[in-house]
Amino acid sequence: MKYNMTLTPEEEAILNGSQGETMAKVMKTLVLYGDAFGATKMVPVNSEKGHLVTSFGLKVMKPVYSLMDQLIEGGALSKQKFSVDPKPLDPNVPANFLQKVIFNKFMYSMQDSYDKQLAEMGLLDDKSYTCTCYMDEVGNIPNKNEVLSWAESSAVVYANSVLGARCNRNSGIIELFGSIVGKVPYFGLLTDEGRKATWIVEVKTTKKPEAQILGSAIGMKVMEDVPFVKGLDKWIGTELDGDTKAYLKDFGAATASNGAVGLYHIENLTPEAVEMGENLIAENAQVYVIDDAELERVQANYPVMWKDKEATPKLCFVGCPHLSHAQLIEWTDNVAEGLKKNGLKKVSIPTVFTAAPGVIEEFEKTPYAAKLKETGVVLSYICPLMYMNNPLCKSMPVITNSNKLRTYTTSRYYRSDEILDIITKEAK
Amino acid sequence: MKQFKGRPVVAGECTAEALVSHGGFNTLASFQNALQFGDMPLIGDKDKETKCGDQNNADLYNKPMARKALCLPQTIGSTTGGMVLYCAKVLERNPACMLFSEHIDSLAAAGAVLGAVWTDSPMPVVDCLGEEFLNYVKDGMKITVDEDGTVTID
Repeated sequence: MKYNMTLTPEEEAILNGSQGETMAKVMKTLVLYGDAFGATKMVPVNSEKGHLVTSFGLKVMKPVYSLMDQLIEGGALSKQKFSVDPKPLDPNVPANFLQKVIFNKFMYSMQDSYDKQLAEMGLLDDKSYTCTCYMDEVGNIPNKNEVLSWAESSAVVYANSVLGARCNRNSGIIELFGSIVGKVPYFGLLTDEGRKATWIVEVKTTKKPEAQILGSAIGMKVMEDVPFVKGLDKWIGTELDGDTKAYLKDFGAATASNGAVGLYHIENLTPEAVEMGENLIAENAQVYVIDDAELERVQANYPVMWKDKEATPKLCFVGCPHLSHAQLIEWTDNVAEGLKKNGLKKVSIPTVFTAAPGVIEEFEKTPYAAKLKETGVVLSYICPLMYMNNPLCKSMPVITNSNKLRTYTTSRYYRSDEILDIITKEAK
Repeated sequence: MKQFKGRPVVAGECTAEALVSHGGFNTLASFQNALQFGDMPLIGDKDKETKCGDQNNADLYNKPMARKALCLPQTIGSTTGGMVLYCAKVLERNPACMLFSEHIDSLAAAGAVLGAVWTDSPMPVVDCLGEEFLNYVKDGMKITVDEDGTVTID
């Protein structure tokens, strides 16, 4: 095969079949993928753990499972242990009879066999199903400057931006191939040049902007470019503490799903912005000013996909990406307080909070777990996106404060304060 | 007739009708419903044509994508994108070709390369066709793609 990048003798040998035909095809895929971006070489993946985006045993993804079989049979296993995105099913999450039949018999009928494939390939453990693998309670937290072979847009943008690790917006399968070979092509967000900002975003709001709308606005504007955000530190501070990290998690997920952002810099806050300041901004960077009116415009333009736009919501999801421990506690307090204020005992709309299994385990050890249970909110490790990814949910009025969930499903977006108001008041 | 010269990411030949997205093409949002439920009895809509399910894409929403020459700037959205394209290819629900006005993005490139290495009949993919290409091409125009990345629009 013809390729442009420079390979080491060992890499070339793999390409020529020294480790078998399957490994040769895996290497060929990575080399052609890198060539598409002018990658000059392969570089080692030096993070301890990987993260895969594909967690679901969807019947329609048979080609992926066949590929996994080929890899396993060919001995092409991951060189590093990995976490993976959330499971698509949880019996605790409300679903009617028909939904249960469709989930278990049609859609996710390959879940068990795929879970087995993941375990053979190198999955960390049963608790490693989450989109927020970087939470302390999960423990897949790469160090600054480490090269990753991850996928899951919200995790990649978080690892790059908040942790300062280096990872391209890899697709599912490609991220696994990088972990199998232990190397990835060197281009894009792995390079210093590729991490420079080509957009300056000036936040000029009169109050703290909702993370999910700010991220959405920026994502839709800059698409896959790197933004350098000024003026946000005024509202979220200059310390990467738990609250700020949670804000950036939600902000980043919206930039990545409403656009294709893989890295952002927040002035005076994120590690590279603190270190390099405006030296991170590329020449001739474009400018995008965001004020209150712009955020209102962005939210007002989200299409409402419900058949009956005035319908009473039947389900509410909070936690896409999965909630942090601190967010769970904050939501628990807010819901309990809201219900008390409105003279209610339980939430008026069936509501599901989602978090990583490890976060849930820690949360269950606190008094907040009982407090949340009393409100009627269900706590789950499920992926809301996968839950909603079926025709029955098309006609189901679901509300969420997640811009990612809004983008990929018919769920209706509300700000967090609006969600709180809806679920703690008497339903219409 | 007008010709545009791009870079063949996956070289190949085909002729198909144009389908144009002027905004970023969200692969997961566009394909997921049709791939998953297109041919499911009772609940599916017999969607052999793979209608675009992305509510945010006013150009493509509800239009058939299979066997079309998909003209777009780049793909956006979930990092399942490349894998979804690969599945669409294996399941024969893919566009006839993908023609990018800009440099291909990492997710689409993954799908293109996976299709090229792991299937027997790769889908031609050409990028860097330029902004003028996307301004000129309209839905329904006849498009011919050559091995060297030349795209001819009739």
